[in-house]
Amino acid sequence: MAERRDGGKRKNEGAADGGATENRTTATKADVPARIAVRKTYKLYLGGAFPRSESGRSHPVTSADGAHLANASLASRKDARDAVVAARKAFGGWSGRTAYNRGQILYRIAEVLEGRHAQFADQLVAALGVSRAEADRYVSAAVDRWVHYAGWTDKFAQVIGGSNPVSGPYYNHSTPEPTGVVVVFAPQGAPLLGLTSVLAPVIATGNTAVVVSSESAPLASIDLAEVLATSDVPGGVVNVLTGKAGEIGPHLASHADVDALDLTGAGESAVDFERAAAATLTRVLRPGPEADGGEDAWLDTDPGTSRLTPFLETKTVWHPVGM
Amino acid sequence: MIFEYAPAPESRSVVHLRETYDLFIDGEFTPALSGEHLTSLNPADEETLARVSVAGEADVDRAVVAARRAQENVWGRMSGAERGKYLFRIARIIQERSRELAVLESMDNGKPIKETRDVDLPLVAAHFFYHAGWADKLAHAGFGPDPRPLGVAAQIIPWNFPLLMLAWKVAPALATGNTVVLKPAETTPLTALVFAEICQEADLPPGVVNILTGAGETGRALVDHPGTDKVAFTGSTEVGRGIARAVAGTDKRLTLELGGKGANIVYDDAALDQAVEGVVSGIFFNQGHVCCAGSRLLLQESIAEEFLPRLKERVAKLRLGDPLDKNTDIGAINSAAQLERIRELTDTADEEGVERWSPECALPESGYWFAPTVLTGVGQAHRVAREEIFGPVLSVLTFRTPEEAVTKANNTPYGLSAGVWTEKGSRMLWTAERLRAGVIWSNTFNKFDPTSPFGGYKESGYGREGGRHGLEAYLG
Repeated sequence: MAERRDGGKRKNEGAADGGATENRTTATKADVPARIAVRKTYKLYLGGAFPRSESGRSHPVTSADGAHLANASLASRKDARDAVVAARKAFGGWSGRTAYNRGQILYRIAEVLEGRHAQFADQLVAALGVSRAEADRYVSAAVDRWVHYAGWTDKFAQVIGGSNPVSGPYYNHSTPEPTGVVVVFAPQGAPLLGLTSVLAPVIATGNTAVVVSSESAPLASIDLAEVLATSDVPGGVVNVLTGKAGEIGPHLASHADVDALDLTGAGESAVDFERAAAATLTRVLRPGPEADGGEDAWLDTDPGTSRLTPFLETKTVWHPVGM
Repeated sequence: MIFEYAPAPESRSVVHLRETYDLFIDGEFTPALSGEHLTSLNPADEETLARVSVAGEADVDRAVVAARRAQENVWGRMSGAERGKYLFRIARIIQERSRELAVLESMDNGKPIKETRDVDLPLVAAHFFYHAGWADKLAHAGFGPDPRPLGVAAQIIPWNFPLLMLAWKVAPALATGNTVVLKPAETTPLTALVFAEICQEADLPPGVVNILTGAGETGRALVDHPGTDKVAFTGSTEVGRGIARAVAGTDKRLTLELGGKGANIVYDDAALDQAVEGVVSGIFFNQGHVCCAGSRLLLQESIAEEFLPRLKERVAKLRLGDPLDKNTDIGAINSAAQLERIRELTDTADEEGVERWSPECALPESGYWFAPTVLTGVGQAHRVAREEIFGPVLSVLTFRTPEEAVTKANNTPYGLSAGVWTEKGSRMLWTAERLRAGVIWSNTFNKFDPTSPFGGYKESGYGREGGRHGLEAYLG
């Protein structure tokens, strides 16, 4: 649960994570708090661990009404490079898992996220200033989105690939394969459902990801990283950088070991990043109409394959048929 | 006793060249407003074949406007079934005029008539025939219930398979309801201009296909023109990068089919005679002017001593010479510039201490020629193992374990093609799974088919051409 500092208005008194709530009545009486809440340090998520930025920097994150929520790590160029290294290292193992196994792990993410429903709802209320009912809807939709993509892991290859009836005595078959390391610029105003909607399809097919979180609302992405870390997602499959897309984005966009960019949350930098990506023919998914629509824009329950295919390559194998 | 081959030249009489070719815009041949021309040579004898117009910016604009008008008024509104009938008609005319087109292609490009006649032209016709059948079935192609054409496609093609690359670009674009402005390569424009005549013969509505001849400047003007919705390019990775940069910030869709440095892996259990044939056709087919050529032979160390003499024995039997001779295996290098590039890169092998071998092979006195060459003792750091030579030059490396073979094969920024030679099915599939390349040929090489998606991983580009997959590049 996101903790605010002095003077922050608590909108969700008595939320499910009640253990961390200070007992103000007692405190007033004796001027000694019965218990001091334990606040969370928000760090990065790299290679399965939660390090601080190597730069030692952080930046204050505020709620929708301006109250301080926490200090998030301000990722540096070096952190970005470390994230790419971790994602590359994890790619062989993750893409080599069976589709069934990846599906089970994505479903596990949904299970763990469901269990932390209240924590994420609180986080969205604070970050976006939405009502608790709206926040509940976004969290539920995010859980359902993980379930949706869990089911895709062992189906997209049949839907997208297949046999090709070539004119000759050859077995010929096309299979989709993950592109590799994908940098995901998460949508700015949609810190959980939007993030889930762009991240889940990337890893469902066996890619590994470097996420650049929403700049103004990054806390949910690190909370989500905790869910991933406890859902049997191998370290490095998802790496989360909080900070400024304008600062680390150029290095990621031009990084020779990055295979694809999802520019959904790149904002005005999207064109510059696409241009930088051209140097190594990095695949680019341009921002779509949902990019600036907040969590509401991601509520569609059937996103189809439109976010799967941009991060897939088609491999075609030939073999002669004969005695 | 050695029997000599008697000359067996294919007749040029089926080809009727004009002295000068204009641009093909809005259904008519029309002089370029630029007033400039370039000359297309026969690379086998350096004789001039024809003068062709060079399209300037104003010509590009005329063509894009014509294509837009045709797309909005006619082609985009026509039912798929009717569009398909035009494409079937074009496929039939190509079959009828295939000998003429094959001879002309060999003259303009320098490739052997055996290849244009038996590979290029049959595939060109098949490509139109295949896509014709898609035109009224697009709702069933898996891209939604009502897939829409993008609009006007700008298409730029290379000189190595001039008419085949035209077919790969034009057929899917037209089948999906787009109109096109196509620029053939500077050195091989002639079969595209005959294709323009075929469009007229088929009564294709004016403006649906526009052909602009020219060089790099024309291509740049076409890519930069704001009036197109799609850019499709086949050519070098260097030019591809520039196009990707130019397209950034526009709404244009982009597909790129670029260079390669394909690995051909021969395991110790391979059927060696077949592997020798496959390795030879993998690199010497079309003088090695093939983006998916098997230009790196990865040979398992335990069979290298046995394999290399067999390979050289086979290479020594290749017949180099007149592209129109039906016995010719290796034709002319397409241009003086390409010959220079092959020489320059191959010379670096000498400087880097690589062993170079070519069979005794008399080269004709005029024209551009390069003897088939095998480089042994090549390391992964050598330029001839890293850079695309795009000529009849094979670099031989060795490996000990399957893991090492895969690592070496993938150790390149490219990812277009690869080959695997083994008699063990599980090893073939294990290897194919790990190779990061768009096309894997196992126990065969350089096979193409309109139903089979073609295209690369990594810096070999993005998007696929052919098959159901290829339609995606032209549908919104």
